[in-house]
Amino acid sequence: MRACEAPMPKAVTFPQDRTCPYHPPAAYPRDHDERPLSRATLWDGRAVWFVTGHTAARTLLADQRLSTDSTRDDFPLPTERAAGLRRRRRPALLGWDDPEHNAQRRMLIPSFTLKRAEGLRPRIQETVDRLLDAVEAQGPPAELVAAFALPVPSIVICDLLGVPYADHDFFEEQSRRLLRGPTGEDTEDALTRLEDYLGDLIDRKRRDPGDGVLDELVARGAAKGGPGRQELVELATILLVAGHETTANMISLGTYTLLRHPERLAELRADPGLVPAAVEELLRFLSIADGLIRVAREDVEVAGTVIRAGEGVVFPTSVINRDTVAYPDPDTLDWARPARHHVAFGFGIHQCLGQNLARAELEIALGTLLRRLPGLRLAVPADEVPFKPGDTIQGMLELPVTW
Amino acid sequence: MRVSIDHGVCIGAGQCALTAPDVFTQDDDGFGTVLPGREDGGGGALVRVAARACPVRAVSVRDTADGPRA
Repeated sequence: MRACEAPMPKAVTFPQDRTCPYHPPAAYPRDHDERPLSRATLWDGRAVWFVTGHTAARTLLADQRLSTDSTRDDFPLPTERAAGLRRRRRPALLGWDDPEHNAQRRMLIPSFTLKRAEGLRPRIQETVDRLLDAVEAQGPPAELVAAFALPVPSIVICDLLGVPYADHDFFEEQSRRLLRGPTGEDTEDALTRLEDYLGDLIDRKRRDPGDGVLDELVARGAAKGGPGRQELVELATILLVAGHETTANMISLGTYTLLRHPERLAELRADPGLVPAAVEELLRFLSIADGLIRVAREDVEVAGTVIRAGEGVVFPTSVINRDTVAYPDPDTLDWARPARHHVAFGFGIHQCLGQNLARAELEIALGTLLRRLPGLRLAVPADEVPFKPGDTIQGMLELPVTW
Repeated sequence: MRVSIDHGVCIGAGQCALTAPDVFTQDDDGFGTVLPGREDGGGGALVRVAARACPVRAVSVRDTADGPRA
């Protein structure tokens, strides 16, 4: 039946490390138009669909016949490290389909609106200024991940949730282990420690309420039909982890990318009004959550291909966001490009809850960094700056700079 | 043009208000809503872009026979 069609290209291994921290892995297929779906192979040998076309990706991510429930036997798990834990335990929000997902999300929507993010801007600016005061006082040089990229979102999310920032060494370490292992045991132990910590915090908030988002959730939990203790703990865990890891990576990788594109950097310095457009373009260009995963609950047809019930689907956002039809000359950073409709925050019901907060943080962090340190440059050769492997959120491990 | 948002579908991502703030806002519960008096889209070309930006396609834009087409 398929004899007249072009042969399906060889399946690519997923995930792969990037060779350049801001470009998609070189071996990922870049066909958007002719063949928006191809095949990939996971660590356990499982074959899954690999969606590289922008239109097909948006269609599928918005289709609720695709599930994010990792406890399903047929859910594809991208790493051996995550497999054992995720088959038994799934995160709040992201691990659930509707209607359960919707009930959780609705509790949180009021805390993550555009208005709330706008209202947080003065506090974010204060935090950024204070951290850069310390960077300037102690340097040059500086290691910008530890001194700036990680603490900015970590302080902001603590403030918003009502988590004591004094505990940041603890939860940043558990978060790192949860996302990067090295082993399955390590991942599970990190989750247990984080949940124990947040469970204790929630119990304290029951006795002595504050004014953070977690306090609001605890108050809801006290009402009839509200979330129980374990659900509160799971919600707190994902909000805390997702609230700082992702933005920290965007700040570190965004800064590195700007330093590697001096002309674009000069444009931003000359016209700070370009910063919001630059943040949107960097979100598209960097696509740090590079590999969204779903499983089909029933047969779904897209772009002439039928995804059968039980088949896995992987969305490499870095490739999707470089679709040549959606974004002409996609490998070029361009502040004038309408970078909208990218899938860096996902698409469909699971699109990032914190995206408005993330935009505010990135605009303030990157804009202020460039203004305050006009001589900012890498302190080591560019190809010696270490970055994260392909099986986790993308970003820099360290960012040694001077000015 | 007639613009509306299905609150049963909206997930409060705020993309409509981010894209076309002259036509959309978010209410106190975080749901996208059309600003009073802007149900005709306000003549803004960004209304269709905003509809396309909605991750759950909760924004609908209908052409009306008596109104200008964007």
